[in-house]
Amino acid sequence: MTKLKAYSVSVISITCFLLIWHFGTKWSGVPSYLLPGPIEVAKSAWVLYSTGLIFPHIGITLTQMLLGYFLGCIIAFLLGALVAEFVLAERILFPYVVGFQSMPKVALAPLLLVWFGFGMTFKVVLVALICFFPMFINTMTGLRSANPDLVDLYRAFSAPRWLIFWDVKLPSAANSIFAGLQISIVLGLIGTVVGEFLAARQGLGHLIQSSSMNFDVGAMFTSVFTLSLIGVLANFAVRSVYRKVVYWEKTTLTAPVSGH
Amino acid sequence: MANVPTLDIDGISVVYQTTQGPLLALRGLDLKIEKGQFVSVIGSSGCGKSTLLRVVSGLMPVSEGSAKLSGSAITGPRSDVGIVFQQPTLLPWKTVIENVLVPIRALGLPTANYRARAEELLELVGLGKFANHLPRELSGGMQQRAGIARGLIHDPAVLLMDEPFAALDALTRERMTMELQSIWLNTRKTVVFITHSIPEAVFLADKIVVLSGRPGTKVLEVPVDIARPRTLETLASPEFGKIANQLRQMLGASSAMH
Ligand SMILES: Nc1ncnc2c1ncn2[C@@H]1O[C@H](COP(=O)(O)OP(=O)(O)OP(=O)(O)O)[C@@H](O)[C@H]1O
Ligand SMILES: [Mg+2]
Repeated sequence: MTKLKAYSVSVISITCFLLIWHFGTKWSGVPSYLLPGPIEVAKSAWVLYSTGLIFPHIGITLTQMLLGYFLGCIIAFLLGALVAEFVLAERILFPYVVGFQSMPKVALAPLLLVWFGFGMTFKVVLVALICFFPMFINTMTGLRSANPDLVDLYRAFSAPRWLIFWDVKLPSAANSIFAGLQISIVLGLIGTVVGEFLAARQGLGHLIQSSSMNFDVGAMFTSVFTLSLIGVLANFAVRSVYRKVVYWEKTTLTAPVSGH
Repeated sequence: MANVPTLDIDGISVVYQTTQGPLLALRGLDLKIEKGQFVSVIGSSGCGKSTLLRVVSGLMPVSEGSAKLSGSAITGPRSDVGIVFQQPTLLPWKTVIENVLVPIRALGLPTANYRARAEELLELVGLGKFANHLPRELSGGMQQRAGIARGLIHDPAVLLMDEPFAALDALTRERMTMELQSIWLNTRKTVVFITHSIPEAVFLADKIVVLSGRPGTKVLEVPVDIARPRTLETLASPEFGKIANQLRQMLGASSAMH
């Protein structure tokens, strides 16, 4: 019952928003090439989706985002584990990590463009770089946060190091690692769009830019909404995997604000 | 002689390296425990009781003196010791029975061979029906009992218990003390039992060792010759009262010196 109520409040809120948007643009006299009403956006979305014109763009954006995301996260996980486990690795890698961490990774985009050209590689590398840090830091701190008593328990029975890692440290880090995965997926989507703004022949970022050249504001809005839909679904995917993998926790991963 | 598991601790000192320089936790501690004896160790907070257990379990080297178990020097972790921690310290992602099997897994032995024994032990500590539950589905006392079953799984010669009931409420604590006595009567392990509670120490032990404040060293050793099995009436007996009083005075005196 309360759940139904919560949903109906959301539905009412969205309806109000659409109404205000519709009548606001209609009565304020803002020209529709600056701010189209919801009906025009819906029309434009219908055209893009029904003709299938938007799908290659979605496909490219998703591919680049996911490739970069997995590449960045896997490397980050491996290096994070190395640094957490071996003091020598920490000594060697840490100066770079510190130096690199505070650098805004998108600032490297033009350089990467020079190195990797206009193709997909450029965007994948950019996304991987952006996804790297949250995942790296979270993996490292997560692995280090393991309860020392649990580690001692294994050590007291001369357990090999890999077993301590597998049985104790990795599960202890699971929450933290998933937090990293969740932050990275959002950043990865931003990175993809930035990359597509800079250099692309396809992709939602490119679609936004080319429609802005043509004053096709409806298509821009459609692309932006599609991007946020991708963001929501990706987030949802990470959370579902989290619930499957981290079965022993009762809490959900930074649950969305819902009334219950 | 060779297979008489006796703990023989001779004049050990233990130093921790801390941010404020070296810290002496134990100084010249002697402790001898016969096979099958139940020994309670009691002393004020921070006097080095946990440190003593870390030494016996091979997790902490001594800086002076020698520690021998079953005739051989303790140089590192070894398989003839079982540990029960102050907190249950169960892995939240493993079921109760998997948790009980952790020492077997860590020792690199085939867990399949020990499953039946794990079930027996869970039965013994009254958790037979909870083998496949996750730790968070158990109460604090039940988790602690799972910890005790885990300490016994590989049939260690010596069982080390670090304030195993400290986190429990008074009633559960009393019940667990009774249960521990019956487990011990069944298994006759050599037990080193650390506690802050005088009644608990006296009730369970064959011998009580009192440590001074830091750096910990032995200030008193009291034998407890009260017949077993001890019951709630034992708590009211004059012999019990006499030993408890002696300990109370000793602990009061040794903490007053600091
Ligand atoms: N890992 C450590 N590093 C540095 N010093 C330590 C460490 N562990 C313990 N100590 C020091 O050694 C002393 C003895 O500690 P220990 O944990 O053995 O005390 P304890 O008798 O078990 O106390 P409690 O009853 O409160 O558990 C303490 O004064 C503490 O400051
Ligand atoms: Mg302690």
